[in-house]
Amino acid sequence: MKKANPALFSTRRIAPPWAKMIMAAFLLFAGGHAANDALAGPAGKDAAGKGLAIAIEADRRDHGFKDYAADMTMTLRSSNGSESHRRLSIKVLEGRDDGDKSLIVFSRPRDISGTALLTFAHKKGNDDQWIYLPALKRVKRISSTNRSGAFVGSEFAYEDLIRPEVERYTYLWLRDEAVDGQPAHAVERTPAYQNSGYRRQIVWYDQAEFRVLRIEFFDRNNALLKRFTASDYQKYLGKYWRPALMIMINLQNDKSTNLSWKNYEFKNGYNNAYFNKNRIKNLR
Amino acid sequence: MAPAAIAAEWELAGFAAAELRLFPNSTIDAAQNSETVSPAFTLQPELHVQSDSGSDRFVAIPFLKADQDDSRRSHGDLRELYWRRQGDAWALLVGLNRVFWGVAEARHVIDIINQTDQVESPFAEDKLGQGMLNLQYFAAVGTFDAYLLTGFRDRTFPDDDARLRGLLPIDADNPVFEASSRRRHVDWALRWSTAIADWDIGLSHFRGTGREPRLPTSLRADGTAQFVPHYDIIDQTGLDLQFTHDAWIWKLEGFSRRGQGRRFIALAGGFEYTLFNLAGQGYDLGLLAEYLYDDRDAVAPPTRFDDDIFFGFRLALNDAAGTEIKGGAILDRHSHAASFSIEAGWRLAERWRLNIEGLAFHRIPARDLLYGLRRDDYLQLQLSRFF
Repeated sequence: MKKANPALFSTRRIAPPWAKMIMAAFLLFAGGHAANDALAGPAGKDAAGKGLAIAIEADRRDHGFKDYAADMTMTLRSSNGSESHRRLSIKVLEGRDDGDKSLIVFSRPRDISGTALLTFAHKKGNDDQWIYLPALKRVKRISSTNRSGAFVGSEFAYEDLIRPEVERYTYLWLRDEAVDGQPAHAVERTPAYQNSGYRRQIVWYDQAEFRVLRIEFFDRNNALLKRFTASDYQKYLGKYWRPALMIMINLQNDKSTNLSWKNYEFKNGYNNAYFNKNRIKNLR
Repeated sequence: MAPAAIAAEWELAGFAAAELRLFPNSTIDAAQNSETVSPAFTLQPELHVQSDSGSDRFVAIPFLKADQDDSRRSHGDLRELYWRRQGDAWALLVGLNRVFWGVAEARHVIDIINQTDQVESPFAEDKLGQGMLNLQYFAAVGTFDAYLLTGFRDRTFPDDDARLRGLLPIDADNPVFEASSRRRHVDWALRWSTAIADWDIGLSHFRGTGREPRLPTSLRADGTAQFVPHYDIIDQTGLDLQFTHDAWIWKLEGFSRRGQGRRFIALAGGFEYTLFNLAGQGYDLGLLAEYLYDDRDAVAPPTRFDDDIFFGFRLALNDAAGTEIKGGAILDRHSHAASFSIEAGWRLAERWRLNIEGLAFHRIPARDLLYGLRRDDYLQLQLSRFF
């Protein structure tokens, strides 16, 4: 959730933040153009550069939140309309030299209450991930290579929830158009990392604040698979936009998952010591 | 005391479960119950209280079991009853708690803080609450734990006429202790654990009354034989290692123990390889293999894991019901005895979960430790309601 984006936890930053900002400054302000002038320029062979510039600007606007906590309720809807729910809390510590650290603790369904997931995202290579299983009182390191699998039975894949680092995709600006009355940039992005479940995605950022309004996910056969929408954005600390509602609809199997967010709290003073595999047994 | 100082968040949770065990075979001993269907009931409420700041926690987890056919399996325990304070770099816990050490799946080699609740399940996954004072220190080089362990807990054993008892009845009421202070002997343990890159590393030492009893035989007044638990003072130094990379997890845990015959070692090592998103369905299939070794002599408590190979799988469907299926086989390289286990579980509804557990024995020769269990294959259905 570092940027106005469907990111829940984890980050992998391939270049340090200052490098991205320099890159953004170059792309946006080269030739003396103001940011929005550059972004409004004509398409064509500049479409890749413009797509990248939009992604960088969205990333830049969410930099420096330090940490946050939030509560989330997940509603899973099957194709026949039956529902099941998950409830969890999440704490995120923004990474400086390396990726973010995050901690998820489930409280519903009750049979997995107290189950905790600790993730250290890394600039390079796989993330480190530990799970705490309260019934066994056991903390286990688990493999984090599985990006395309469903997260706790939902329509969100793990890779949909990871904060989308700029460097993990290549970009192509498609067009500017309105989404629900808001002027937006439509940008196609193609995963540049291994094990993605997608051929490509189309992301709509609103032109005013560079928040993600909608994403369409195309499967490996390039068929439209899922549509994500984020809404009810609120601004925190006068700068960081977070949506209160996210909806993921699977267009191939008619299942959907809603994420409803509340109790966002920023700058809680978390430090690295808090995100320790030996502490996740006592967080329920 | 102001109410604000007392508590912030209270949570009452836990579960109640109805259980049926099906035993298809007759017993080895005519004195044992030969019922093929054996019902039981479990109640495990949980109370979690956390102070406003999150620095203090109080946890109470009582446990009650009622079993129709095994009077010793009808038992109660305080799984947990503790207060814990978390400081910046340290934590202190006082009370009854359960602590798990180790990485292997087929055998929990180094796990020693808690006594095994053997009547609950023969898999040694269930543990009795252990009285302790646990000081934890979080340093840059890892986490240090120091434990003072008070109030020894006897291992639970099935009743004389119960299933899964073994070859002979066990005189669980009259154990023999090496420590003159018997159950009041204070044990201690130290542990250091850390994670460095792809490695998880732990080193531990335990001194005190070992949780595993020797089982020498004695004669009862009526001239029949029985096992008598003998608990010895031991020193056990343990190591656990895990290397996690891509879809591979490599594991090794082992100990060196003194105090039960000559010093001996035990090891479990192997791997888990996961095939993610099988057939594009989101299913994850983990394939496991472990080698189990133990060079204890005949004086020490008996073990079946002297030279065994474990093969297993773990299938997670990643569906809304949270369906998981685990299965495994343990093969003894010398006696050729084999045992098979299966565990499966899924949510039937928001608060309901069904678990199935099965254990089967195959070709158990008379010299194998499992000989006394060879006709106690079972299938268990457990329906739990969470609250």
